[in-house]
Amino acid sequence: MEFITDTLAVFPALFGAVPIVLQLAAGAMLLALVLGLLTALARISQSKVLRAVAVFFVEVIRGTPLLVQLVYIFFVLPSIGIAIDPVPAGILGLGINYAAYLSEVFRSAILSVEAGQTEAALSLGYTPTKALWRVVIPQSFVVSLGPIGNYFIAMVKDTALTSVIAVTEILKTANILNSQTFQTTEIYTAAAILYLMLSLPLARIVVLMERKARSRG
Amino acid sequence: MADNIINVHEVHKTFVSEDKQSLWDRFRGRTHEARRVEVLKGVNLQVTQSETVVILGSSGSGKSTLLRCINKLETIDSGRIYVHGHLVGYREQNGELVAERASITAKKRTDVGMVFQHFNLFLNKTALGNVMAPLRDVKKMSAADARTKAVHHLEMVGLGDKLDNYPTKLSGGQKQRVAIARALAMEPAVMLFDEPTSALDPELVGEVLAVIKRIAEEGTTMVIVTHEMQFAREIATRIVVMDQGLIVEEGPPEIIFTNPQHDKTRALLSRSQTSPN
Repeated sequence: MEFITDTLAVFPALFGAVPIVLQLAAGAMLLALVLGLLTALARISQSKVLRAVAVFFVEVIRGTPLLVQLVYIFFVLPSIGIAIDPVPAGILGLGINYAAYLSEVFRSAILSVEAGQTEAALSLGYTPTKALWRVVIPQSFVVSLGPIGNYFIAMVKDTALTSVIAVTEILKTANILNSQTFQTTEIYTAAAILYLMLSLPLARIVVLMERKARSRG
Repeated sequence: MADNIINVHEVHKTFVSEDKQSLWDRFRGRTHEARRVEVLKGVNLQVTQSETVVILGSSGSGKSTLLRCINKLETIDSGRIYVHGHLVGYREQNGELVAERASITAKKRTDVGMVFQHFNLFLNKTALGNVMAPLRDVKKMSAADARTKAVHHLEMVGLGDKLDNYPTKLSGGQKQRVAIARALAMEPAVMLFDEPTSALDPELVGEVLAVIKRIAEEGTTMVIVTHEMQFAREIATRIVVMDQGLIVEEGPPEIIFTNPQHDKTRALLSRSQTSPN
C-alpha cells in the first residue's frame, strides 16, 4: 500500500515536465514532416545531385544512433560556434532523425499512387509539379497516416533521450528527484506510467484518424 | 487544312522495354539487348471540326498509343502531331522536335479532353470534387463558379444525385460518367476516349455509350478507340481501322461495315456480332 501511495505522490512533480515533452514532440514532428517530405521529393526527383544528397542524408542519419546525434548537436556544434539551447537542440535532433525515417514513408506512399492519377491530371491541364502537389501528395498522405502516427508515438517516447542534453523532460525530472529522495522504484515506476499515459491515448487517436481518412476513399 | 483540329503526320513511335540486365551478365561482359517494338509506323490522320472518328483495331495495333500521343502522354520518335495547328509537348528547332516547357504543354492540353479505360477519378475527392478540381486548379475559377459549372456537367451525365459520393461509392458506369463530365467541363476543342467501356460490366456499358452519343450529337469533336462495333457504326462519322501500327483502311461507317476492303477489317467485323448489313 505504501508503495502505491508513494508512487502516486511522485506524479505531481513529474507532471511539470509534460509541457516540455509535448513541446519537443510537436516541434520535432513538424520539422520531421516538412524535412521528410522535402527529402522524399528529392529522392524521386529527376536531378541526380538532389537524389544523391537525399540518399546521403537518410543513410547518415539512419546509420547513427539518435542519442549520438543529440549529443553531437548539443556538445560538438558549440565548438564550431553554433550553440543551441537544450529544448531547440532536442527539437532539431529528434526532427532531423525522424525526417530520415518519414522520408522513406512518404517516398513509398507517393510511388504507391497509381500512374493513372497523374495521367488524368496531366490530361486536364495540370503541370507535372501541380499534379504532384494537388493530386498525388494529398492521396499519399492517406496511405502514410498510419506509419506517421506510429513514428509520432515512438518520438514521444524518444524525448526521454534529450535528458542527456539537459532538457528537463520526464526522465531528467525523475533523475533529479531520485538524487534527492532515493525512492528509485517509486520514481521510475511513476515515470514509466506517465509515458504510458501519453502514448496509449495517442495510439488510439492514430487509429481513429486512419479510419476516418480511409472511409473517404 | 485550316479547320483540322487534329493533324497527325507520319508519326513513328517505338517502345523500348528495358529488360533488367543482371549483375552476373554485366560481370561477364554480356551485352544487353533492349527489346524494341515499333507500335506506330508512320501514321497519318486528320480530324476536322465536329467529326466523330472511331478507331478500330485488335489489341496491339497501336490505336491507344496513337490517342495517348495526341496529348503527349506518350512521346513520339518522329513525325508531327498538331492540335489546332500547334505541336503539343514539342517545339520545332532546325527541323527537329525539342521538348517544350511543361507549363506550355499543360496549357495546350486543356484543349484536349481525355477519358481513360480505367476512369482515373481522383480517389480522395467526391464526384463534385473531381469535376471542380481542374476548374479551380487549372482554370482558376472561383469556388462558386466552379461548383455551378461542375453541378451542371454532372447533371448532364445524369449524376445530379451523386454529387457527394466518393469514387468507391460509385459503379463503374457512374465513375466513367463522372470522368466524362470532368473532361467536358474544361470545354476542350476535342475529346479523346480510350476504350471507355472496356473495363465495365456488360450491363453498365449502355449508360456510358448513351452519354458519349449525346455529346457527339451536340457537335463535340471526338476520337474514340473502342471495341463496341455496333456503337461505332451508329456514332462514327468516319471509321479508321488500324493494324500493326498503320492505318489500313478508313471511310464512312456505312461503307466500312458493308464493303470492307482490307482483310483486317473483315476479320474484325466477323469477330464481332454485327451483321454486315
